[in-house]
Amino acid sequence: MSVEKRIFKIPVGPQHPALKEFEHFVFTVDGERVIDVGFRIGYTHRGIEKLAESKTYIQNLYLCERICGICSAAHQGCYAQTVEELADITAPPRGTYIRTLIWELERIHSHLLWLGVAAHEIGFDTLFMLVWRDREVVMDLLEMISGNRVNYAMSTIGGVRRDISDELKHKILKGLDILEERTKYYKEVCMKEQTILARAANVGILTREQALKLNAVGPTARASGVDVDLRRDDPYGAYDEVPFNVIVYDTCDVLARVLVRVDETFECINMCRWLLENLPEGDIRTKFARKIAENEVVGRVEAPRGELFYYIKSNGTDKPERLKVRTPTLANILPVCEMLKGGYIADIPIVLAGIDPCFACMDRALFIDENSEKKWVWSREQLRIYSIKWYKEHGNEVVRERWKQ
Amino acid sequence: MPLPGAMEKELIKLIAKKPATEMYPFIKVEPPEGYRGKISFDIEKCIGCGLCAKDCPAGAIEMVEDERTKLKKRPKFIYSRCLFCAQCEESCPRKAIKLTKEFELADYNKEAMVIDV
Repeated sequence: MSVEKRIFKIPVGPQHPALKEFEHFVFTVDGERVIDVGFRIGYTHRGIEKLAESKTYIQNLYLCERICGICSAAHQGCYAQTVEELADITAPPRGTYIRTLIWELERIHSHLLWLGVAAHEIGFDTLFMLVWRDREVVMDLLEMISGNRVNYAMSTIGGVRRDISDELKHKILKGLDILEERTKYYKEVCMKEQTILARAANVGILTREQALKLNAVGPTARASGVDVDLRRDDPYGAYDEVPFNVIVYDTCDVLARVLVRVDETFECINMCRWLLENLPEGDIRTKFARKIAENEVVGRVEAPRGELFYYIKSNGTDKPERLKVRTPTLANILPVCEMLKGGYIADIPIVLAGIDPCFACMDRALFIDENSEKKWVWSREQLRIYSIKWYKEHGNEVVRERWKQ
Repeated sequence: MPLPGAMEKELIKLIAKKPATEMYPFIKVEPPEGYRGKISFDIEKCIGCGLCAKDCPAGAIEMVEDERTKLKKRPKFIYSRCLFCAQCEESCPRKAIKLTKEFELADYNKEAMVIDV
């Protein structure tokens, strides 16, 4: 019996400490090329939607915030906004502005975090460390405003919970200056540094047609030349007043996804400045009744990763009858499968990271070699190490081939 | 092929600098004003209305019998369940609850993680 014909299964359990989140992919490979991709989602099902039905509208603010750690303000803000519409109240302008400011600061932190993760996936740990060091600036700003680094708990039904004083405003503006300078430098790195260009340019192609057909959202869609941004197309919060540009790239590869996010960070910084300078006077919140009459509302916001969707149905009590959430990563799962097809095994980590997966981190990847029916299971960390090693050995030829195109 | 990278200058600059990491247990960084840490509770101000327990999203507040308050009840905070959202501070009509800057709350004993006056 030859070794190639045997079927190998190396299970790496779901509770492996090196893994961040749970997701199962099956790659069919021919040598080094990925032919087909299958996936199974649902490992991180936490029953949040059902739990929300047994909690009051106020308690749900903090539950929704904890759906995602990175875009917590987007989730909480979207929930609060939807409930406001449900109860037919409007937040005062100052409250809306502060809420929008938090959303944009969060987008800065999310995009910088993603840039670091992407650098880590391609083995460029120097950039990863530097970006995460500078991300602390915006984390500190958020902590100063809201009292916590991650779950800000700023939005509430009918406005926001904390005001921004003049002293704090100065501190935020100072922090934004540092961030702008650093982001400029990172853009230069992303445009010039060979390590990034070699691994990101012409990798993980998702054409405009595919992106439209498979309903890609957020930066993933914008990097494929699809000009969608909810902030402009369906303005909510203070976005109908803030001037900003929608960043669209049409090279459709991972590099475009990097540049969309870096350029968006500049836009966010400018928006934060504008919001702080034009902060209207007045109340930050309005009162609301605990019980909400029968109604149903769909609310959408542009989270850092793409369109976030909330549906809430009320039934006259102080608890919602139904709460439905569609996160952007779910919309980006089908596009990422399309991106992976035809690529190398070693490109899988960076292409997967390219959509900024939230719950879609791959915990165990099962490989099936079509010719020899060999099967083996890899964890995310093993795959990352494999990809870095593979590029050390085969990098030169692959990159030369890519530059020719 | 593009020109060599843009990192070298930055890396040379960093050689002379100290690491960005704070040596936490030895050097303590003061949390900012308005930080949401351990709860402090003032029984003098409490009227025992139970709004804090009603609004707590984590079930960290239980109402227990107490003769000192107007409605003969007071909250008992089980802060091992607390998620530090400060909703109780906001809901309290008499400002009896405040979140302090204290954040080192880990304990070997779960029963000890309770604020009881």
